Amino acid sequence: MNNLYYLPTHEYIRVDGNKGRIGISEYAARQLGNVVYVDMPEVDDELNAGEEFGAIESVKAASDLFAPVDGVVTAVNDALTDNPRLISENPMKQWIIEVEIADMSQLDSLLSPEAYAELCANDKH
Amino acid sequence: METLKKTPLHGRHIEAGAKMSPFGGFDMPIEYEGIVAEHEAVRSRAGVFDVSHMGEVLVSGPEAVRFVNYIFTNDVQTMPVGKILYGMMLHPDGGTIDDLLVYRTAEQEFLLVINAANIDKDVAWIMSHAQAFNVHAVNCSDRWAEIALQGPDAETIMMTVLGIDVSDLSFYTFKFLADGTIVSRTGYTGEDGFELYGTDARIDAMWQTLLAAGVAPCGLGCRDTLRFEAGLPLYGDELADDITPIEAGLGIFVKLDKPDFIGKDAIARQKAEGPTRKIIGLEIEGPAIARHGYEVLDADGNLVGTVTTGYRSISLGRNLAMALVEASVAAPGTELQVRVRRKVFPARVIKKRFYTPNYKK
Repeated sequence: MNNLYYLPTHEYIRVDGNKGRIGISEYAARQLGNVVYVDMPEVDDELNAGEEFGAIESVKAASDLFAPVDGVVTAVNDALTDNPRLISENPMKQWIIEVEIADMSQLDSLLSPEAYAELCANDKH
Repeated sequence: METLKKTPLHGRHIEAGAKMSPFGGFDMPIEYEGIVAEHEAVRSRAGVFDVSHMGEVLVSGPEAVRFVNYIFTNDVQTMPVGKILYGMMLHPDGGTIDDLLVYRTAEQEFLLVINAANIDKDVAWIMSHAQAFNVHAVNCSDRWAEIALQGPDAETIMMTVLGIDVSDLSFYTFKFLADGTIVSRTGYTGEDGFELYGTDARIDAMWQTLLAAGVAPCGLGCRDTLRFEAGLPLYGDELADDITPIEAGLGIFVKLDKPDFIGKDAIARQKAEGPTRKIIGLEIEGPAIARHGYEVLDADGNLVGTVTTGYRSISLGRNLAMALVEASVAAPGTELQVRVRRKVFPARVIKKRFYTPNYKK
């Protein structure tokens, strides 16, 4: 069963029960290059679907992170505080935050892995 | 949308798989191998940049000296042929139209090298003022291709790879090769290096020769991180139509002791009164990077300016920025703050030449 969803802005959420871990896709990590800082919210912060909740800084630019769902932050990946480069090496394993999902039906409006892969393929110029 | 211009080396960048992005109206390479690797190549060995997007205007005629001195802030009266000066063109109110290099190519001829994004604006400005002088000004931006070879190994590479003897060139001088190519000891990285201006075919051949010899092709990404560390301004960030050279800390390139030039009165006044704003260096405490446009606050949280450029410095490993702030908070050592999205980080004013350049005098 599919438990992995994407936003067109390259965030993913991997769902387990009513919780989800949010990170950035491998495609996004490749595009960013060297990540030097991940700006994360704090535990208990509220997220609103579609709104910015943090940012990833590469050498050249800051990219906003957008929330795929409404929810409350239950954990942040502290490993990224000391070593933000980990996210470039393995973005699917190095999630950024864990959230308690407020409304599971919001997942229906997200992209499946197949639909997201198609979007990335069309993104090439 | 306006279509992007292409440099004569555009096809080479595409072939090499460079990451491309619009800059100054051109489709330019941002990085090949990666900004960090390219930055380090230039600091430790050498790298080569396609800078064909830069604009060139040739000014000639009996009144060339008088005319260039009227539109340019530095003093070209006593400069010998073969010498280069850096300076600005100003609005009457002292705001900066562009910063540029002026090459004295003959007794009565100068080559003005201007920023790509400003070519149309600059050419219109130059032409409108040239009418009152006995000079001929030609926009030859499309005629010159240009590459920059930068880094401590640049001199050796010029000699051994390109077969060009540059031992006679000191910093900010140039010469013509037999085929008309211009070789100048200039750059925008804080390292020793050379810029070559020539025909599309000649510059393309040199680019190919340099790459075949293992010189790293570099994109505009590291050109920006390199010039930033050396405290060099980028038009659009530290200089603009509403930023004067005095505010940008570039007063030494404005010669108030020469005859009348556009912007002179405004600059003289600002110098006497002291500018109300200044470009400063900032060291930020914490991991967040202060990007262009972010707010600078004083210790009490009052808005005192904005960031003009900011990076985690690749060569120094420090979190640095340049910012335009009120003069009252511009003194080195002043404690300020920078707002990065929802968070505020402490920052301290430091000298903006973060990295000491290794120019060959």
